Amino acid sequence: MTQKAKGMPKLFASVDTSVKELVDLEIRTATDTAELTKDKAKSMYKSMEDIRNFEENVKRFFTAGEIPGFVHLYAGEEAIAVGVCAHLSDEDYITSTHRGHGHCIAKGGDLKGMMAEIFGKATGLCKGKGGSMHIADMDKGILGANGMVGGGFGLATGAAMRNKYKKTDRVAVCFFGDGAANEGVFHECLNMASIWKLPVIFVCENNLFAESTPQWYSSASRTIAERAAAYNMPGVRVNGKDVVAVYEVAGEAIERARRGEGPTLIECVTYRNHGHFEGDEQSYKAPSGEEKEWAEVDPLEVFRQYAIENGLLTEEELDQLREESVRDIEEAIEFTKESPEPSPESLYQDVFAD
Amino acid sequence: MAREILFMKAINEALDQAMAKDENIILLGEDIAGGAEVQHLEEANEDAWGGVMGVTRGLAPKYGRERVIDTPLSEMGYMAAAVGMAVTGLRPVAELMFSDFIGFCFDSIIGQGSKMRYMFGGKAKVPMTVRTMHGAGVNAAAQHSGSYYGLFGSIPGVKVVVPATPYDAKGLLLSAIEDDNLVIFSEDKTLYGMKGEVPEEYYTIPIGKAAIKREGKDLTIVTIGKMLYVGLEVADILEKDNISVEVIDLRTVAPWDEETVLESVKKTGRLIIIDESNPHNNTATDIASVVADKAFDYLDGPIKCVCAPNTPVPFAANLEKLYIPDANKVLTVATEIIDDLRVK
Repeated sequence: MTQKAKGMPKLFASVDTSVKELVDLEIRTATDTAELTKDKAKSMYKSMEDIRNFEENVKRFFTAGEIPGFVHLYAGEEAIAVGVCAHLSDEDYITSTHRGHGHCIAKGGDLKGMMAEIFGKATGLCKGKGGSMHIADMDKGILGANGMVGGGFGLATGAAMRNKYKKTDRVAVCFFGDGAANEGVFHECLNMASIWKLPVIFVCENNLFAESTPQWYSSASRTIAERAAAYNMPGVRVNGKDVVAVYEVAGEAIERARRGEGPTLIECVTYRNHGHFEGDEQSYKAPSGEEKEWAEVDPLEVFRQYAIENGLLTEEELDQLREESVRDIEEAIEFTKESPEPSPESLYQDVFAD
Repeated sequence: MAREILFMKAINEALDQAMAKDENIILLGEDIAGGAEVQHLEEANEDAWGGVMGVTRGLAPKYGRERVIDTPLSEMGYMAAAVGMAVTGLRPVAELMFSDFIGFCFDSIIGQGSKMRYMFGGKAKVPMTVRTMHGAGVNAAAQHSGSYYGLFGSIPGVKVVVPATPYDAKGLLLSAIEDDNLVIFSEDKTLYGMKGEVPEEYYTIPIGKAAIKREGKDLTIVTIGKMLYVGLEVADILEKDNISVEVIDLRTVAPWDEETVLESVKKTGRLIIIDESNPHNNTATDIASVVADKAFDYLDGPIKCVCAPNTPVPFAANLEKLYIPDANKVLTVATEIIDDLRVK
């Protein structure tokens, strides 16, 4: 089923032919028959709320100068990480990006360990030595956020090679952005994944901007999904602000991979509500018009409406999950504030495995 | 007499024995079997090449192509995939045909594999070996002849091994494969045809331990890879002048064996390092710096580095010969620091 997404503008304010084409392309939206149990709906909404609350707090502390380094925020793109990871267990692998908080939370990353990591505390998931861009949790199948744009393609491909060699039905999901789609390693890994029919799903989060450079400028193909044809694999374009739509599309691709039928390229069309990094003035974004309208579509609200309309969850239940999330994040902040800095000797530790 | 086999056969035997022992060991690289999905080869269960030099010949028929994987020409993709395999529990041995090709896939080494354990707070392991080929001497010109082991060795989280003998090639490769870290195993292409004694059984040689190939008291010569043979030649020549040279084969470039080198210099008071890589920021300069720092009071003269010039590797045979450090160049600098001995 393909139709134009709800809330997706026909064209952007900064209109030109290619941009028109970009948004006029067919895009998958949620079907009326999405098989979503009440429990699944609850956990997915909670996960989206966790990402939102987590990031709003990260933004607050970063602005206050309490978080060192730089952070790249994911809030606004929650539907993608959550819609995909809802199909995954700890046995499945994901590779993430420099904008990775959302993927890690959706994949079950510990909120306390993540928050402590972003603050550079000894109790962080990486003992304070990775930070925002390198959060990882091997026990949860999270092969790491990645500061290298495109760094995840090979890791996910290799994890999928492992899965295939071990004859498991585990999959690997590679999250990447529209910017990474223009790295050479995108080509190499999609090609390898296809010739070897690897259980890997390439999930492009097309938030329309690679740093300050728009997708319509930097990609010769109008969509990322259509590139799949060159690799003889399915390519699907989906409304990345609709978690149910992402859930359905990802479910098909993941089942296909588990059956041993090979990789899929999914392009989730979304918008980067934050700057490339916090502090980015974002003068490249349209101040008004349809780009702005698309920016304002909130995936959490889209899901709330869907859940209520379809009798999945009541407004009260949704509010309760939101409050639960706020409490969980408060606990994570509390935990972080009480946590010590890394010991000086840890500077020298864990360069090599013994 | 003990069994003698070729350097390349020693590498093949190490891979064979490692693969027989542990099914998690997977080889991948370009043409390492060769002729993938060619029907008449498949029927005969044969490999076409066994790598561009034939080093991995016979392993695909023995272990199957799912364990000896011919990759597309995609260094960036398959090298990063090897990191992904390693971090999820396999023990890949990836072949980078020529180390000059590292430019295509350096992120997998410098950005990913070497850093994951540290960045992730000690929770990841990257038990991966990269076999690659370096060195001038076969008229392969600038893009197929470089020596980059020193460059790799300067990256934290990477171990670098450069064997000089068939015996060391086997034992060090088995150590590299057993190691839970990213190890780059750099083979000099001109040594593949060298024969030497190699035990048939599985054995390992510790990474990070140099070998004293010849004991001496007047001058220490530290060598890397095939430069061992230049060092031994110089030692023979100087012996005729009653100058006693200690020759140390470094074997591991990172971490290099400080203890053995310092002990030797404290005894001889003179040091020459022979390194085929370009002369700046290489292993030789690193050794010189550490020795100057830690054994300054024992030195009877300046430390000398004999390296390739600061140029790419030239094609023409006469120029390439000039490029590679040889006994004459070493003797010239040796003369400068052993004059006092000659006078005696």
